[in-house]
Amino acid sequence: MSATPLLEPVPTVPVASAIRGDSVRAGDKWFRRLSAGAGVLVLVIMAAIALFLVWKAAPALRANTVNFFTTQDWSPDTTGAAAFGIAALAFGTIISSVIAMTLAVPVGFGIALFISHYAPRRLATLLGYIVDLLAAVPSIIFGLWGLQFLMPHSIGLMQWLNDHLGFIPLFRNTTGLYTRSLAIASIVLAIMILPTVSAISREVFNQVPRAHIEAALALGATRWEMVRTAIFPFGRPGMISAAMLGLGRALGETIAVALLISPAFRISWHISDPGGTTFASNIALKWGDAGTIGLGALIASGLVLFIITLLVNMAARIIIERRREFSGAN
Amino acid sequence: MATATDASGLSLSEQLAGATLPRWAPWVAAVAAVGLALLLTTFTGLAGTAGIAVVSVLLFVVLQTWWSFKVEGRRHAKDRLATTLIYSSFLLAATPLVLILGTVVVKGLKVLDIGFLTHSMRNINTSKPGGGIYHAMIGTIQQVGIAAMIGVPIGILVAIYLVEYGARGRLARSISFFIDVMTGVPSIVAGLFVYTAFVLTLGFERSGFAASLALTILMIPIMVRSTEEMLRLVPNELRESAFALGVPKYITILKIVMPTALTGIVTGAMLAIARVTGETAPLLLTTFLSQSINTNPFSDPQAAIPTFIWDQIGTGNDASIDRAWAGALTLILLVVLLNVAARLLARFNRVK
Repeated sequence: MSATPLLEPVPTVPVASAIRGDSVRAGDKWFRRLSAGAGVLVLVIMAAIALFLVWKAAPALRANTVNFFTTQDWSPDTTGAAAFGIAALAFGTIISSVIAMTLAVPVGFGIALFISHYAPRRLATLLGYIVDLLAAVPSIIFGLWGLQFLMPHSIGLMQWLNDHLGFIPLFRNTTGLYTRSLAIASIVLAIMILPTVSAISREVFNQVPRAHIEAALALGATRWEMVRTAIFPFGRPGMISAAMLGLGRALGETIAVALLISPAFRISWHISDPGGTTFASNIALKWGDAGTIGLGALIASGLVLFIITLLVNMAARIIIERRREFSGAN
Repeated sequence: MATATDASGLSLSEQLAGATLPRWAPWVAAVAAVGLALLLTTFTGLAGTAGIAVVSVLLFVVLQTWWSFKVEGRRHAKDRLATTLIYSSFLLAATPLVLILGTVVVKGLKVLDIGFLTHSMRNINTSKPGGGIYHAMIGTIQQVGIAAMIGVPIGILVAIYLVEYGARGRLARSISFFIDVMTGVPSIVAGLFVYTAFVLTLGFERSGFAASLALTILMIPIMVRSTEEMLRLVPNELRESAFALGVPKYITILKIVMPTALTGIVTGAMLAIARVTGETAPLLLTTFLSQSINTNPFSDPQAAIPTFIWDQIGTGNDASIDRAWAGALTLILLVVLLNVAARLLARFNRVK
């Protein structure tokens, strides 16, 4: 037992205020303020991120001679004629994230279902750890692996897609080169967001009331019919949030994409061609040799990325929050 | 009991539940699918382990679904199809994990030895083998350590506010919401923010400490969420008993609630540390790359393991790629050790 007394000397305060409760004790007041202050700090940081980015991006945006939103070029450090725009960045970011989502979301739901309702109970915890481990792998390692292992091994697939589905612009390759493309970056992104998608949907699948599941099975439903009639309707908001949080992670991923693509500032639907660029990877790649306006331009593009991810994350949280209230009301 | 049969020759259970495939049916379908796929390699252009595996799975799906459709009917065929897809989605996710870990271990062990861990890259010809990661390990330990020293207490305090004081007030709810949103802030944006605020506005130089600040921003939301979860697990009876004895609230929190939740909080802190240890993007913006040992995080360039890997990949010759893999193995060992230790700690000391 520790020697410090748990009790504070109470008699020093008047009886009436002692009864009123803990607010009279100085230690309590300060501890409450300290913890509330830490909470407010979080709000301040979020506001400060937006403010500082706007402030430091403004000079570069003023010096820009072309439309920031529709220009595909990125040459901010040309003296007197700074010309940069986010059109190509936005295109690359959105297309790679959307492809990553299309690949990862169904598989992520599948993993979540497998762990929550298909795998044997004892195995499920272990498998959950394994998927969490995938989330713990740093993005630089995904990038290195993608570059050294996946890229050479994916050429065959890209060629096959070009040969057999080349009439679809997305799969057509116009250069005969299949490396350093947005397509490979998208596949690596898909692997990276898998654990995000599956962790959150697993959480909601586990919360489905047992009674719903048993009712479905008692009515003679097969396991898949039970999933469709009991688990999906209950978990739908959580599944949407999971997909959106995965999207948020893909939008902001920097290093893996930066290692895989060979940046090209033009919009092209032929994503298996070398090229492509994204907001985050562009910042990492251009940072080293950017001048004053160049840094400002990168900060401006970072601001756009911040706003996009903020909106996606907020939407995801609001959807999952609504479900929490709804299920609480029952 | 003898099995009752009617004119159609079906057993009672078959009349009630419908016909089912024998238990060995999936195995037969699997063997047939692999066999067919192997057969295809001789007649068509199909080749490669991955290609054969994919075609086998597709054939298996088709075979089993068709068989089940013939015998069991549409609903059961669908069920079998869904089960197969769900099982294979897990395999699909486990494959890259195994491949990544396998590649990192095999390629990393080529260079990783005591010399690699105890030497820096100073005066090393980057196109030749040699040199090591010592300087980067010092940097990572200092940067992540400082980030943890700032981020962990703040995270714990925010969680205490949310659980113990804020209740369901408006402030607590907005903090809680923005903590969630903060989790999704891309790491490069955290780096940009620290660069604009700490370097451009306050005029400090880029340093290991600036990198720590960026890592702190990434750490706080993870720390808050895990601590919050642990504090909510502490039974209310404990708090009430303390209050009933006249113990002030802050002492109740510090001496009753926190010790009860301590292991959980430590686990959360270790996971948060593991998460930010691998961050590369914010470091690239807030500190310069360095080849030498720098034990002062407050001035001059300081290396870190992730930026070391980035640098070696950028150099791009055989020797530096080998060093990058060895660096990746070091990093993954560090992160996995932190993760496993945290999980074990959580497993053996659950809040009761």
